[in-house]
Amino acid sequence: MSIRGKAFVAGIYEHPCRGAANKTLAQLHAEIAKGAIDDAGLSMGDVDAYFCAGDAPGLGPLNMIEYLGLQNVRHMDSTETGGSSYLVHVNHAAQAIAAGHCNIALITLAGRPLADAKEGKSGGFHNTEAPDFPFEAPFGANVANMYAMCAKRHMHEFGTTSEQLAWIKVAASHHAQYNENARLRNIVTVDEVLASPMIADPLHRLDCCVITDGGGGLVVVSEAVARGLRRPLVKVLGAGEAPKHLSAGRVDLTFSGARWSGPKAFEEAGVTAKDIKYASIYDSFTITVLETIEDLGFCEKGAGGRFVSDGNLISGVGRLPFNTDGGGLCNNHPGNRGGMTKVIEAVRQVRGVAHPRVQVPDCDIALAHGTGGLLGSRMGSATLILGNQDA
Amino acid sequence: MSNLNEIKRRVVTNVENKPFWEAAGQGRLMVGFCNACGENHYYPRSICPICYSTDTELKETSGLGQIYSFSVTRQADPPHIIAYVTLNEGVTMLTNIVDCDAGTLRIGQRVRVHFVEAEDGCAIPMFSPL
Repeated sequence: MSIRGKAFVAGIYEHPCRGAANKTLAQLHAEIAKGAIDDAGLSMGDVDAYFCAGDAPGLGPLNMIEYLGLQNVRHMDSTETGGSSYLVHVNHAAQAIAAGHCNIALITLAGRPLADAKEGKSGGFHNTEAPDFPFEAPFGANVANMYAMCAKRHMHEFGTTSEQLAWIKVAASHHAQYNENARLRNIVTVDEVLASPMIADPLHRLDCCVITDGGGGLVVVSEAVARGLRRPLVKVLGAGEAPKHLSAGRVDLTFSGARWSGPKAFEEAGVTAKDIKYASIYDSFTITVLETIEDLGFCEKGAGGRFVSDGNLISGVGRLPFNTDGGGLCNNHPGNRGGMTKVIEAVRQVRGVAHPRVQVPDCDIALAHGTGGLLGSRMGSATLILGNQDA
Repeated sequence: MSNLNEIKRRVVTNVENKPFWEAAGQGRLMVGFCNACGENHYYPRSICPICYSTDTELKETSGLGQIYSFSVTRQADPPHIIAYVTLNEGVTMLTNIVDCDAGTLRIGQRVRVHFVEAEDGCAIPMFSPL
């Protein structure tokens, strides 16, 4: 069963905070829920489906549905694929709506890694019971060095350079200057990226996303509900999700799960990469963007370095405007999970309400992509294609 | 960042992976091997992740391989080097490169296993350039 045209994103909300020392995790989720429902022009009592991932406290939906006081939920989902969870949630919400299980689905993400660190709470997603943990933790595997090895291998096989990776951050910074909530609003140059401290060779500090508290929410509704709301219609055209892992030791770090989630989403949407006017691309690190752009077919495998150079990702300048909110590299990466904000900015673009300096003209079809987990080991990839009412 | 050199001394063993770590403690690097399909796998599992046979065992490797990729973190002292090494037996494993000049390492470089002592009698399979 195709979800094409069966569901619409009616509400979005990005929490404006970037530090949340004075709020609890549940409180953030609730502020976000209210913000997204208000944006949709609905009320909390209308919600009949609730989605959250591993960032939610306790048993996720059970604790949060109670905290939020929801009384009419008949469908719930706590799918956890790391930072891409919320793109998967949109897909699953659209499937549930298409199957008639619900009409108004609320999805929330919140996190407070900065506040948690100050309070001495341990962060990270490592579970010592995970079967891979004993074979990775003893070697000091961490987020930065696991992505760095992907960049190093990509450079080795395809001649990709640090300068090319830096262009991804430069483009994000050009967009972030217009976002008053962005964590980093200053424009940076390629030279400044290269001059920033080396974190895990070949990734510099400015190849890495920001760490922020906050979160975001979405409301996904049926067509009947959407048409009754006086909001721009943002249609779910297609979605794909795919795990990628180390394949029992047959390791290839030069591509992501987008190689499989992308074609599925394009096929369902009935469009190709050439039709995409705007793309939100998960940007935990610059290398994440580069590999994903290749895997989604915006250029050939190995040509990503040349593709992203010279401002090709800057709105109004290049061929593929990306992350016009500043992305995870500059704006926001709430709870170390960047998927939610990817969907939110794609919806803004299709609505035509992104900042005027970065809004893509006639943005009828947009793509959002998430990469949860680690590019250097196991990841959950999710691609979502959205369109306006004519798409 | 300095704790990168401390965290790697700890191994979480369990009933499934204990034979691998016991062999490591004796200076032997093992991979998973399936008697049904004849394929190696890493990390070792009790059920073959390729054909799902339960007829699996550990097989000793040559301890030789080449660097598939690596990353140097210089904030650690000595510099911490994480790597994927492809063993001569065909599977690629996460590890560290030690006893080397971080500045001259390259992908494709030949390496040999070098066991580093850890807590509880365990030893951790790291690699050094040949």
